[in-house]
Amino acid sequence: MSVTSLKARVARAGQAQPPLDARSERQGRIEIEDFGLRYKTPTGFTEAVTGVSLTVEPGEFVSIIGPSGCGKSTMLNALAGFLKPTSGSVRVDGKPVDGPGADRGMIFQQYSLFPWKTVRQNVEFGLKMKGVEAAERQRQARTLLGLAGLSQFEDHYPEALSGGMKQRVGIVRALATGPRILLLDEPFGALDAQTRLIMQQILTNMWQRLKISVLFVTHDIDEAIFLSDRVYVMTARPGSIKAEIAVPLARPREPAVIMSSEFLALRRGLMSLIREESLKAMGGEINADALKGLATNFDNNDLARSL
Amino acid sequence: MSNVMASNVLAPAAPLPQAGAARTAEPQAPSRSVRWLHDLPVRSALVGAASIALFVLAWHVATTWKLDLYVRFMNVPTPADVLASAEAAWGSPTFGSHLLMSCRRIAYGFALAALVAIPLGLLMGRFRLLREMVFPVSEVLRPIPAIAWVPMSIMLWPTNEQSIVFITFLGSFFPILLNTLHGMATVDPVLVRAARCLGAREAAVFREVYLPATLPQIFTGLTVGMGVAWVSLIAAEMISGQFGIGYFTWEAYSLVQYPDIALGMIAIGVLGLASSWTIRLLGRLVMPWSPAR
Repeated sequence: MSVTSLKARVARAGQAQPPLDARSERQGRIEIEDFGLRYKTPTGFTEAVTGVSLTVEPGEFVSIIGPSGCGKSTMLNALAGFLKPTSGSVRVDGKPVDGPGADRGMIFQQYSLFPWKTVRQNVEFGLKMKGVEAAERQRQARTLLGLAGLSQFEDHYPEALSGGMKQRVGIVRALATGPRILLLDEPFGALDAQTRLIMQQILTNMWQRLKISVLFVTHDIDEAIFLSDRVYVMTARPGSIKAEIAVPLARPREPAVIMSSEFLALRRGLMSLIREESLKAMGGEINADALKGLATNFDNNDLARSL
Repeated sequence: MSNVMASNVLAPAAPLPQAGAARTAEPQAPSRSVRWLHDLPVRSALVGAASIALFVLAWHVATTWKLDLYVRFMNVPTPADVLASAEAAWGSPTFGSHLLMSCRRIAYGFALAALVAIPLGLLMGRFRLLREMVFPVSEVLRPIPAIAWVPMSIMLWPTNEQSIVFITFLGSFFPILLNTLHGMATVDPVLVRAARCLGAREAAVFREVYLPATLPQIFTGLTVGMGVAWVSLIAAEMISGQFGIGYFTWEAYSLVQYPDIALGMIAIGVLGLASSWTIRLLGRLVMPWSPAR
């Protein structure tokens, strides 16, 4: 089913521009309303996230960006169905999320490929869980790997692959069951800068062809702007939405777009928002003197002598 | 058929050009042989053979000179004595039946232990209540050496054979159980979450993630368990057996057939080595993804 629908989607994406009403038919709408999560600690309750409301329209690419520990990943885990909010609601296409399922694909920073399965067996996994018979799922996985340019690695075990390739397989694996929604939790965080840029382009290409809804968690400002239609900025813990920023850059975006003045303006705006929160996230441990690194002038003397 | 014919026809002609080539290549030969010596598997095989040869030589010297270095070698059989008794044993059917008996006991005891301990460990790793119930009992029983079970085992089981198999079972049971349990505790939770995101239910997560993720630890447990199984078996055979290589070794001492003691010991060593090799080979077949170690 997934490959045929994928082919249909690819064909549709090939047409110049789908009419507006056809776009609204597509599913994969994410609604998070007044989301709150708190958990017990030895000293009482800690608020991790409070009062977050956000939406992702069908086919939209939305990023969440914020300082570490602000609860970005918590939101994704709630959407994936791994945890329930203590207040508020998490809905997909109007239905509350109740446990994990293949309709929401998830990609993790730690690659998460099964080491005991070959690349093709990894891609087949979701189809196997759906009850697709062996010959058919093998055919589908082969087709998908071919489209993603990974055919020659189909019989390799993940250990033999580079980080970028592992993550490409991870994305293909998540897409194989034909999910309406893709959730990505800092997927490129462990990759080097160059691989990262290439992976961002691969991801946007896939997304543009499939027109599924994407919620992307990152702490990288450039990545958020380059990929997204909209960016939510979260505050330091307890996490809440600080700002929502639309990214009006035209698609398809070339890597050179990051040098454009519009991009830089967006970047400046987001930088100041994030910096404020990152300083807060570092808590009382950072003050004006600490920020200078060493708040004195050593006149080219080495540190040991000056002391 | 025709291939054989062809090689036979070619064979007489072949040496002539080769001999010529060898003569011209002679100056290079030493360096090539040195490189060949540094080839890793060849090198380690040669060093291994040399170390065994040195050991046998030391044994030979100590026993033929009847050294008395506080440790006394006067009554210890020489390698030649042992070789002679090995030849004699090889010809007699009793030695073979002793070996076969021990191997059968290991096979039964070890297979039973694996069949019980692996599923139990997997389930204990998955279900907390089971773990909390079984763990205290296993912690109390675990430190008891298998030899200490011999009298109890003789009382428990109707036949001598069953009690020896039971002791072998006990020896390998706990290493397998604990390693399986440890493997379950160290399964990467991200893999479990990934599987569930791809639509896997409880049974599928168990089969597709927990089991393969735990396999390397299970095989560690099997290797350790096999070693302990032999230790337990030999002890049990020495105390209560009528057959088996452990009994053979002990009987040799009682009957003052000293070369047979060494023969029994060597047989035990070779069998232990062979069984742990078998497990390692099996592990490589079952886990093709893990790098050969």
